[in-house]
Amino acid sequence: MSNAKDIFLKEATTSTADGPQRIFINKALGGYYTNRDIQKARYRDWERARDVASLAKWTAVNDLANTLEAFVAKFESNGGKVHWARDAEEARQIILQLIAKAKAKAVVKSKCMTTEEIHLNDALEKAGYSVVESDLGEFIQQLRGEAPYHFVFPCMHVKREEISALFTKHLGTAATNSPEELTMIARRHLRQLYVDADVGITGANFLVAETGQISITENEGNARLTAALPRIHIALSGIEKVVKKLDDLSVLLPMLATAGAGQPMTCYNTLYSGPRKPGECDGPEEFHLVLLDNARTQILADPEQRDSLHCIRCGACLNVCPIFKNIGGLAYGTTYQGPIGSVITPHLRGLKQWNHLSAASSLCGACTDACPVRIDLHHHLLQNRRNANQTSPTWFDRLFHRGFNFVISRPRLFAFGGRVFRFTLPLLKKIPLPYLSAWLKTRDLPPAPAQSFRQQWKESSHG
Amino acid sequence: MANARDEILARVREALKVTAPKPHFKSEPVSGRSTGTVKAWLPDGGETLSEQLNLLTENLAKLKANLVRVSDVSAAHQALQQIALTKKWKKVAYHSHPLVSPAAEALNCEKWEVTSSFDKQKLEGCDAGITSCEALVAQLGSILVSSESSGGRSLSVLPPVHVVIATVDQVVADLEVCFAEVLAKHGQKLPSMLSFITGPSRTGDIERILVLGAHGPKELYVILIG
Repeated sequence: MSNAKDIFLKEATTSTADGPQRIFINKALGGYYTNRDIQKARYRDWERARDVASLAKWTAVNDLANTLEAFVAKFESNGGKVHWARDAEEARQIILQLIAKAKAKAVVKSKCMTTEEIHLNDALEKAGYSVVESDLGEFIQQLRGEAPYHFVFPCMHVKREEISALFTKHLGTAATNSPEELTMIARRHLRQLYVDADVGITGANFLVAETGQISITENEGNARLTAALPRIHIALSGIEKVVKKLDDLSVLLPMLATAGAGQPMTCYNTLYSGPRKPGECDGPEEFHLVLLDNARTQILADPEQRDSLHCIRCGACLNVCPIFKNIGGLAYGTTYQGPIGSVITPHLRGLKQWNHLSAASSLCGACTDACPVRIDLHHHLLQNRRNANQTSPTWFDRLFHRGFNFVISRPRLFAFGGRVFRFTLPLLKKIPLPYLSAWLKTRDLPPAPAQSFRQQWKESSHG
Repeated sequence: MANARDEILARVREALKVTAPKPHFKSEPVSGRSTGTVKAWLPDGGETLSEQLNLLTENLAKLKANLVRVSDVSAAHQALQQIALTKKWKKVAYHSHPLVSPAAEALNCEKWEVTSSFDKQKLEGCDAGITSCEALVAQLGSILVSSESSGGRSLSVLPPVHVVIATVDQVVADLEVCFAEVLAKHGQKLPSMLSFITGPSRTGDIERILVLGAHGPKELYVILIG
């Protein structure tokens, strides 16, 4: 049994049993459903808009080498510098070297899941830099010393009383029950840190090959400030974020906002094409972009699951997922939670250790239905189960399938087995068997039918 | 050690030797986006100027931004003065622009024009930032600002109030038209930053409850002339 799986089972069992917390999460998501539906209704044809959005990503991803090269040429001609990183370690080293070269002390970050993926904060702190998350949710999670609960809503599981106590402890502020006052405390605290920081680190939602711009989507204005005030701007992006045309964003930006947060458009959608230009009032002197592979080419090499690289990280699949809503985001133990996380984490961290996430699925397909770029999420979960069985079956899987094949290919044995099974079925509730007893703990065992299907068929008029 | 760039691109090319199926489309979509067909599927941006203005007004109201419609430039100056009085501004920042400079200079408080000798600490102490914009998008209620036309990157986001002064001929129907205009206007020389501002800064990070003014402006005013 793998460690990750044990932790998952333990965490998921605990969080599923926490009724009040589940009610709290569902209440938080309730507002999202209402707003999302209001905004979706403004689309004259949401389904066809999904076609266009998925085609835009499909076109870029299936011509990734050329699209990336076109993007990089444009980006560098605008005055930015591109750095390529094969894996997380290489990306961390590049960023550390850039910061060291700039003789920087303080780093301010805006929300970027890719930096979570490469565990950048740990590396920066170990190297002696002060690093502060400026997105409110990420700031709260940083103070809590906890990974984000949801990759779009990082602290959606935390109650305002807890945030108030957290701010009192770390910032020395008076207790308050008002979300507005709490937001203003963070705003005031982070203001000076922005002004003082030498380096700003952001992510990127899209890279536009046509113009060499990077596009950043956010609501708070913290990414705008992160890319405006420090001397150096470093952006980190996966290679799959590239799109061909600027015009692709006229579909992708509104759909990201609607699917992700039930907004018509996220508050700030900003395109950066380079460092400060002559004649411009402000902006960084240097603009660096780190392009990260980190197993993305491995996903690309799997044509069946290649479309999981279309993901625009809106989080819609998490918001509708019955598993996410019940076990919560922390139980996953991954950077990317929910259905998309269960699909891609086995590629990023190994199928053997992470295939259990694909088993934790009702296969209801709500995720596939919610995805604005039509990623076939629930089928990918099934494929992961199949792949895990083919490449690293457990002794139980091996034994079970061998036995099943043996019996199913022998009709007489099958009929005999069925008869035995019908009589012994009630015993299963009483005898603890591996796997089965865990399954039956939360499920009712239906009574065995008096006759087998084949008997019923024979006795009916069909026979 | 092989060059990371070459190695990643080689991995990509190797992976793409096998083709992937297209997504399951509802209908065969238009592959070239230049036809403009997608407009029929996204939220409406309005055909005529009056439809566009109605949509813009409606969308800005929903976003909790304040739209002030005025007939001419002198009325715009008065509108700005009115806001300055109600908000009791002591110090404002603005940038050099034919629409912005005269309006800001007419104000009865301390005024500061941002130039390339920039002091971020000083901007932090201002009550408002006054800027022009590139375009207003009726479809979404978005305002496109740029580092070129809006006094750099921080003027429109650091002070607690952002005032945009614009004219009705800057209103465009939707994002598609807006991007086409940006490319036509700037060509290869794009401003280093282009930003769509859609309402005042906001967050829902605490219990998914909407709070305005997370890091950017708490209030957004659009003074629209014409």
